[in-house]
Amino acid sequence: MAAKTPEQITDDLLRPLSGISGRYAVSAAFLAGVIVAALCAFFWQVYAGLGVSGLRWPVFWGFYITNFVFWIGLSHAGTLISAILRIANATWRRPVTRCAEVITVFALSIGATFPVIHLGRPWLAFWLFPYPSERGLWPNIRSPLLWDFFAINTYLMSSVTFLLLPMVPDLALIRDRATGWKKKIYGAVALGWTGTPKQWHRLETAMHIMAIAVIPVAVSVHSIVSWDFAMAPVPMWHSTIFAPYFVAGAIFSGIAALILAMALLRKLLRLEEYLLPIHFENLGKLLLVMSLLWFYFVFAERLTAWYGNETGEMAVFWVTQHGSYSPLFWAMVACNFLIPFPILAIKKLRTITGTAIASFTIVIGMWLERYLIIVPSLSHKYLTYSWGAYRPSWVEITITAGTFCAMGLLYMIFSKVVPIISIWELKAGLKERPQAAHAVAQPNEAGAD
Amino acid sequence: MGHQWGMAIDLDRCNGCEACVVACHAENNISTVGEDQAARSRVKHWIRVERYYEGEFPDVSVKFMPVFCQQCDAAPCEPVCPTFASYHTSEGLNGQVYNRCIGTRYCANACPYNARFFNFFNPVWEKPLNLQLNPDVSVREVGVMEKCTFCVQRIKAAEIQAAAEKRDLKDGELKPACVQSCPTRAMVFGDLSDPESEVSRLANSSRGTRLLGELGTRPKVTYLQRDSWHGSENA
Repeated sequence: MAAKTPEQITDDLLRPLSGISGRYAVSAAFLAGVIVAALCAFFWQVYAGLGVSGLRWPVFWGFYITNFVFWIGLSHAGTLISAILRIANATWRRPVTRCAEVITVFALSIGATFPVIHLGRPWLAFWLFPYPSERGLWPNIRSPLLWDFFAINTYLMSSVTFLLLPMVPDLALIRDRATGWKKKIYGAVALGWTGTPKQWHRLETAMHIMAIAVIPVAVSVHSIVSWDFAMAPVPMWHSTIFAPYFVAGAIFSGIAALILAMALLRKLLRLEEYLLPIHFENLGKLLLVMSLLWFYFVFAERLTAWYGNETGEMAVFWVTQHGSYSPLFWAMVACNFLIPFPILAIKKLRTITGTAIASFTIVIGMWLERYLIIVPSLSHKYLTYSWGAYRPSWVEITITAGTFCAMGLLYMIFSKVVPIISIWELKAGLKERPQAAHAVAQPNEAGAD
Repeated sequence: MGHQWGMAIDLDRCNGCEACVVACHAENNISTVGEDQAARSRVKHWIRVERYYEGEFPDVSVKFMPVFCQQCDAAPCEPVCPTFASYHTSEGLNGQVYNRCIGTRYCANACPYNARFFNFFNPVWEKPLNLQLNPDVSVREVGVMEKCTFCVQRIKAAEIQAAAEKRDLKDGELKPACVQSCPTRAMVFGDLSDPESEVSRLANSSRGTRLLGELGTRPKVTYLQRDSWHGSENA
């Protein structure tokens, strides 16, 4: 990368924006097809009733809430990692931040749809908005679901801002090169950016504020998601460990998603010279730390539950450890720790392929973790007579598949509209400051801190 | 005013006949869901008779325990509802306002007794069953939660009647459908704020226990039972 000139960087990173290959069109059509199927499944559920899902008494939350927690967790990829790396001024972060911030915005948008999808009467979801209604009733601020509503909206607003701010100089760069209707659109979203020292200074200040502000927001979001469970007197839910456990798990799955996305982008957009082994190596180390932290949390949670030997909790404990959920439980342990740990711990294996494999198993393992938190507890509450079981229907499976495809499609579209690697930040990272290939895209001395 | 409605159930009298279950369905317009849905555990029995077996074959005895909404004073279902569909009434009942319910089902997850039921589909009454619908009880549409109300429609009717006659409610004047239909008179309903009432007397009985009382839910239902019920170590 050091050999690259600013002109080459601009050309390389803008190349994916021009033209659509046949392979791209076919993949996009496939993803769109699955999304349409998921939409049909959802409308069928709204029309027929929630009974077409696999939910039943007493397991009233299943795949939908699992997906909700999973996607909100993935969203911690971005903003949190990119914010921390920015604050720590880790120079290797430059090609990574935008890929990460985009994951946040899309994963959060997808995750936030699930509380609506899972409602018995989704057409009344707007009752969660605090507005002076003709019903004379405000939403119940004591309900963790309302905390969720505010936390997720705050996080969505701030992560969209955090994504858009550093995009402005790149959008202006595209605007200056574009013609016709493209120039108009990029001109509108570039917000009149001309690259004056004053503008650079304001951008830097705004990004500093956002990077710091977004961290407590991200931590609060997944803490509150955990409190959806921890506030209820349900065995193995009602635990003080849940908030930090969920936040750690969210960052864990977030880094894994980021590595996966980067590995795919590197191949598909031919960014081999920008997303280097060092990035995967560094993120792999971070992932290793989170894997250990995850194992520590699970161990602490399981040990205290087992040692406490409380009747209600032990029923759930044994059904996950030994009973009908044990295959899933041990698959989760394998996916989150036993497989990725050696890959990430041994330097020789911590390659791009290695970290991508580890990340893939971790994404699966973290989905299983959320499922195993929700379903075994609900199916084995205190009164043994009321124990039950849960099995998803085709509706839930289709909708779940649809959201994964939605993530892929949104990411594909984004990478065709905006350079997935921040051009100006990469240029700002060049040791020498050569004369600007394009004055607009070049951070000014006044703007650099 | 200031009634605090409660119930006492003598488990030594309950023979598990489930007349209470049938009476409850009839009184409260609880739809049946059909064989297929029942197999998927979507039945809506506001009251159910739980069966527990004790001892080794052939020396086995079966215990029956009717379980329904315990109308907890510290109900876990109430604070978690984002739309105030489940709330605490001035008479200590766990109210459920169907029109407010958007179907998060959070209340049902929070309920340690699994006493809440969800309308997975719109209810159907095949002719002529529609003719037996109780006009005093609203039917619930798809997507909302429902549960035992202590037959609040009977409570309100009796209170209005007593107020019209300018007198207080008499103890035992008012019975929910399950209590009324119990052939062994295992169930007693009344006002816990009246220390003279039958249900108050039973609530303070040494034979009385509260189901999952250790969770701090402060249920208003008392279960009466012989000591042997507590297990062999207390026998």
